[in-house]
Amino acid sequence: MSAGAVTRGAPATPEVARLGRMLAAQTWSEMRIRWRIPAFSVTIVALPVLFFTFFGLPYVNQTMAGGTSLGAYLLASFAAYSVGSVMVFGFGIGVATERALKVDMLMRATPLPPIIAILAKVLNAQVYALLSLVVLIAYGMVVGGIRQDLTVWLDMIIRLLVGSVPFIALGFAIGYLSGPNVAPAAANLVYLPLAFASGLFLPLSQLPGFVQRVAPYLPAYHYGQLAWSAVGAASEPMTVAFAWLAGYTVLFFAIALRAYRREESRKFG
Amino acid sequence: MLGPNGAGKTTSISLMLGLRQPTAGQVRLFGLPPTDRRARSRCGVMLQESGTTAVLTVAEIVDLFRAYYPAPLPAERAIAMAGLTEQAGARVGTLSGGQRQRLYFALAICGDPEILFLDEPTVGMDVEARRAFVTSVQTLAATGKTIVFTTHYLREAEELAGRIVVIDHGTVIADASPRELKARVPGKKITMIAGRPLSRADLDGLPASVIHLDGDRASLLSNEPATVLRELFRRGVDVVDLEVSGADLEEAFLTLTRRAEAAAG
Repeated sequence: MSAGAVTRGAPATPEVARLGRMLAAQTWSEMRIRWRIPAFSVTIVALPVLFFTFFGLPYVNQTMAGGTSLGAYLLASFAAYSVGSVMVFGFGIGVATERALKVDMLMRATPLPPIIAILAKVLNAQVYALLSLVVLIAYGMVVGGIRQDLTVWLDMIIRLLVGSVPFIALGFAIGYLSGPNVAPAAANLVYLPLAFASGLFLPLSQLPGFVQRVAPYLPAYHYGQLAWSAVGAASEPMTVAFAWLAGYTVLFFAIALRAYRREESRKFG
Repeated sequence: MLGPNGAGKTTSISLMLGLRQPTAGQVRLFGLPPTDRRARSRCGVMLQESGTTAVLTVAEIVDLFRAYYPAPLPAERAIAMAGLTEQAGARVGTLSGGQRQRLYFALAICGDPEILFLDEPTVGMDVEARRAFVTSVQTLAATGKTIVFTTHYLREAEELAGRIVVIDHGTVIADASPRELKARVPGKKITMIAGRPLSRADLDGLPASVIHLDGDRASLLSNEPATVLRELFRRGVDVVDLEVSGADLEEAFLTLTRRAEAAAG
């Protein structure tokens, strides 16, 4: 490999591919990949609707103490559950699977900057989260007869998508800490109890006393506040909710980064 | 880059690509750190330990990789050069091992790189895939591309390379053209049983290296088996059983390694 042989010829102009084009291609591929794994695409859309049918539909006509429609409150709860699950399961299982397939090895040798690869995954997850929200809300409106201003739903969708970052971080942590066979179980074991204990399945008032005392320390509880605030039923200011979510984002990313570094040092010594 | 398993070929490639950090020294690619995006945009890479998603089709994943490079080849061309035209619409998960290896080749060349790094590219390829691969490599080399590839087959290196670097245990033990290397590596292995127990003195000074000596049995490597035998007979060594065969690569390496050790010690 003499330097002469390698550097011969003028470099192609432009020197690198456009980042926007890379991001678009990468995001589009991620979306196609997800869409072709029905275990993912069907589950993320169908499960929240199914859960809402069992836990929400029977109560849609009741009104809460503060005057909020219980139907709207429960729909907001499952909307939060839904976006969180897209992130935790999508990133948790996705990262674990890619690690097992050693997709990362080849990608690291290409000119694709890692940040673009991650951004594409985030964009892709946001699109699926949006899809899942639209289906769930439409279902609640049509089948459950839940009526709210369109701006209420829009407000809720934006808050939930923006506030979903800690669950992306949690997904990364699960994906780097577990293999592809363990990841689905790990994601379930972490996320389902978390959602239950945070009052996303049943209102907190119906949960055991000790759960009610623990809930205000859980990320999904504060995430739920983002959705409940949109229908006028939050129990804390949004700034507090966002502060908690930011704290959990840092914590989960720190865990993910530690696991990532540990693997890097093992793999590339 | 030629060497037996565990010689450090993959480690060398990983260092050149910036996938591993050297404990000493530094790597520059086009005068840049190998992790620099400008350097990576001029490289194509085929790794041994790597994978891709199973659910995209061949054409889709080639198209995706093309987006990483500033001036890629047309997708059909890259796919055709890898011999995958018929499988272009097939999902990656349905490809055979050999076809998958061709896909990695397509991904390595789709960015129209100036330099290709191929780590054990023919492992897992069937005869047909290997032939297509050899043709493509020769075509690329003819258009002025630099191709760095690793192999543990001497014949493959001879067939494709203009320059062979032999490494073992992380050390360069030879760096020569195929013709030069062939002259330095003994091509024949002499296995014999003598009529009496042999001593070192019986075998000293022969144009051969002794790789095994046990009682009346000995194995030698040499490029001049006829001269060796003539000399043995002249020394009065009676040969009861004799086999002269082509030396395999492990044995050829052994002599190069010994020479390197002798030079160092």
